[in-house]
Amino acid sequence: MDPQKPDGGADPAREKAFKRELVGLIPHLRAFARTLTGDPTAADDLAQDALMKAWDARASYQMGTNMKAWTFMILRNQFYSEKRRSWRQTQLDQEAAERTLVAIDDPSAPVALDELRLGLAMLPAEQREALVLVGAGGFAYEEAAEICRCAVGTVKSRVSRARRALQAILETGAYDRDGKSAGDAMRSILADAERLSTVR
Amino acid sequence: MDRRDAKAMIERRDEQPRRKPKASLDEARLRQQAIGVKLRQMFDEVVNEPVPDEFLEILRRADSRDSGGE
Repeated sequence: MDPQKPDGGADPAREKAFKRELVGLIPHLRAFARTLTGDPTAADDLAQDALMKAWDARASYQMGTNMKAWTFMILRNQFYSEKRRSWRQTQLDQEAAERTLVAIDDPSAPVALDELRLGLAMLPAEQREALVLVGAGGFAYEEAAEICRCAVGTVKSRVSRARRALQAILETGAYDRDGKSAGDAMRSILADAERLSTVR
Repeated sequence: MDRRDAKAMIERRDEQPRRKPKASLDEARLRQQAIGVKLRQMFDEVVNEPVPDEFLEILRRADSRDSGGE
């Protein structure tokens, strides 16, 4: 694998600045990958692939533009191209949800977050990513549209559909977990949010 | 007397639909805010995890590869 050398050799100062910014984005790439795959191990594999791709493509990045959006786009492309390659495509979401279920058997894990993770995993992929980018990743609708390569209006409607669907899932307890009565998740999420807002 | 009770009941029933949409709208907003808070918390939890060494190793390897290790 030949790394692509920028014309006339790399500018060391630029490379250094690029690398510093890229390193700072690693935690965010991991978090985004986690929401896409729902599985910590698969997420880190994905984030590492994206990191490598971003480094190899550094010559095509324009310094001063939004590197976070640029790397998220790379990671997202990587995720969907891997998903397309997989013949088990339709099973992926379900499997990730099941692995998440196993992972949350840890009794010390906070309940509301588990339910939220499960609810999120039940959303259609394009709604999930839109909601995560705007609702958690701190991106503007315009930036999220660029990352997802769709119209701003499409992102807006995906986010609002995702919000409604997630609320409905959490209220009815429609997520796949035994021994929990309906409405418990929403109640604990409300209680937690209240606690957080009084702490701050 | 019976009639007045009935009338009061009807009035009460009339009031309810007017008050309910606003209350449930506020409630819905509250729930959405709560979900939003949780969503960010979920994301930030991963952001705040220490970065596994393999990530930095990737960039270290890329560096030595680029500076012509051969």
